[in-house]
Amino acid sequence: MNSTPDASVPATAGPGATRMSVAPSLRTLAGWPWGAVLAAVFIAVLAGITAFPQSLSGDDPLSGDITQSLVPPGAEHWFGTDRLGRDVFTRVIYGARYSLLIGLAAMAISVSAGVLLGVASGLGGRWRDEGITRLFDVLSAFPAVLLALLVVTFLGPGLFNIALAIGIAGIPKFGRVVRSQTLLVRRADYVTHAVIYGRSRLDTLLRHLLPNVLVAVPVIATINVGSAIIAVSGLSFLGLGPQPPTPEWGVMLAEGRDILRVAWWAGVFPGLAITTSVLAFSVLGQHLQRRFEGRL
Amino acid sequence: MPSPHPVLKAALLRLGSALLVMWLAASATFVALHALPGRIQDILAGDLELPGLKEAISAEWGLDRSLPEQYLDFIVRIAHGDFGSSYVMRQPVSKIIGSQVLPTVTLALLAGALATLIALTLATLTAGRPGPARRLAATLELGSASVPVFWLGILLLMAFSFRLPWFPVSGDEGWRALVLPTLTLALPTAGILTQVLREAMEKALEQPFVTTVRARGLGELALRLRHVLRHALLPAVTLGGWLVGSLLGGAVITEKVFGRPGLGTVTLNAVLSQDVPVVLAVVLLAAFVYVLVSTALDLLYLAIDPRLQTP
Repeated sequence: MNSTPDASVPATAGPGATRMSVAPSLRTLAGWPWGAVLAAVFIAVLAGITAFPQSLSGDDPLSGDITQSLVPPGAEHWFGTDRLGRDVFTRVIYGARYSLLIGLAAMAISVSAGVLLGVASGLGGRWRDEGITRLFDVLSAFPAVLLALLVVTFLGPGLFNIALAIGIAGIPKFGRVVRSQTLLVRRADYVTHAVIYGRSRLDTLLRHLLPNVLVAVPVIATINVGSAIIAVSGLSFLGLGPQPPTPEWGVMLAEGRDILRVAWWAGVFPGLAITTSVLAFSVLGQHLQRRFEGRL
Repeated sequence: MPSPHPVLKAALLRLGSALLVMWLAASATFVALHALPGRIQDILAGDLELPGLKEAISAEWGLDRSLPEQYLDFIVRIAHGDFGSSYVMRQPVSKIIGSQVLPTVTLALLAGALATLIALTLATLTAGRPGPARRLAATLELGSASVPVFWLGILLLMAFSFRLPWFPVSGDEGWRALVLPTLTLALPTAGILTQVLREAMEKALEQPFVTTVRARGLGELALRLRHVLRHALLPAVTLGGWLVGSLLGGAVITEKVFGRPGLGTVTLNAVLSQDVPVVLAVVLLAAFVYVLVSTALDLLYLAIDPRLQTP
């Protein structure tokens, strides 16, 4: 694992901060935030295999050769095979699709509801603001996993339902940031000027307020994609998400847990996939946050 | 009438808002229950089919009465700690929870204490000291914050139950059975806690009082433990509520990995058999614990931090 970019990185680091030069000198290269670059590359690869998993493995993730059951990792099967003789590497590759897409879907729910409520709260009068703030308080009082258990009890297990559950649990995080940003921006001079110039409310909102309110959202979203992936695969591990034989990483670990004694690989590689994905989003997110706060 | 003391006023305000949030949380579950498609009797019965059951539920929840009356009854019952009966398990919910709460609370408290200890030690030793040790600690934290609880549990099982037969694979017999689950639950939480605490300590280390204390000739460790840590605890304490939530949520998963009895196992079984009264009670109780812990920490800080006492 590469060392993470921290405060000890020189102040000139970051591609945006380096002075334009024809050939990057060795010194500039040494100042690069390698952790963040590596993380970005990893996420790009992850996006690639989400779109085209068949390009990395020609095998079928759902059916295997039962005579090839529990083969240890080797040249034939890089990550070994599971109890039903399915290639674990293929299943991990195909699993990126589920974990990544459910995580992103959860994030999309949190962001859209959080932004909507946050702006409404920041622009609203005293009562609307108070009401929405209390809603955030109540939502964040429920631990995410337990809130998800409640949603699944009511709506049943499934891909969309756990995305919805984790998405709902994440709303206050975005809502609070957007609300306080809205409170700041609505009093900014350029917004006052737009109003004095006679711009319509909608025009002021869309052209002047929103772009400045939303600047922080992508950064928080990147950091939180990681925790959404952890939460989603945890619920799948508990058997509340997609059901076997779906090659989802949490589902695979639940199956792998039962055969640990005979096949360590079934319990290692799907977890490694989750952890590296989460790590990539966290490293990139933290780097973006430091740049955003002007500390890099 | 003289106006109340500002600290007292702030404390009362905090308590009031805690009660408000708990009341709103209970109301939210009531609304959710009624907003669901289908009859309440069918929802509460779960996957159970028995003659006369629906009538019994109807009587217990007073479903023939008006909605405001039902709501009032619901809130009053919850305020009395009565969460109704589980029809699937044929027991009062409070009895089921009471019999299973001990293993889960033991696990969560041990893991919380371990995570706090790790965070305090690592942050005190590495804050504001750029170098290989701090970089290693930061890498470890990021790693442990990125590891899902269930995978960490599986790895520990593999290493210390299967390869080296030091600890039992599952069960709840003796202290040995608690070691791996506690580690599993504590490490990811410790990672995040250390990150927050160290950031707070580094901010505190930049303050002028640090120079004063150093000029007085106090040793670095004493400075950190006696002065800097106290300043840094305030931002870390706001994480208290989050800590409770993550430990309770993580306990559900940890119990599943290690096959331990407890509230998590009961809840998971209730979810799978759609035993709504049990799930409702556990989720609501978790929210109450979250509110109570974060309020208690806020009040504690109000009492000991003079900066918060100026109006």
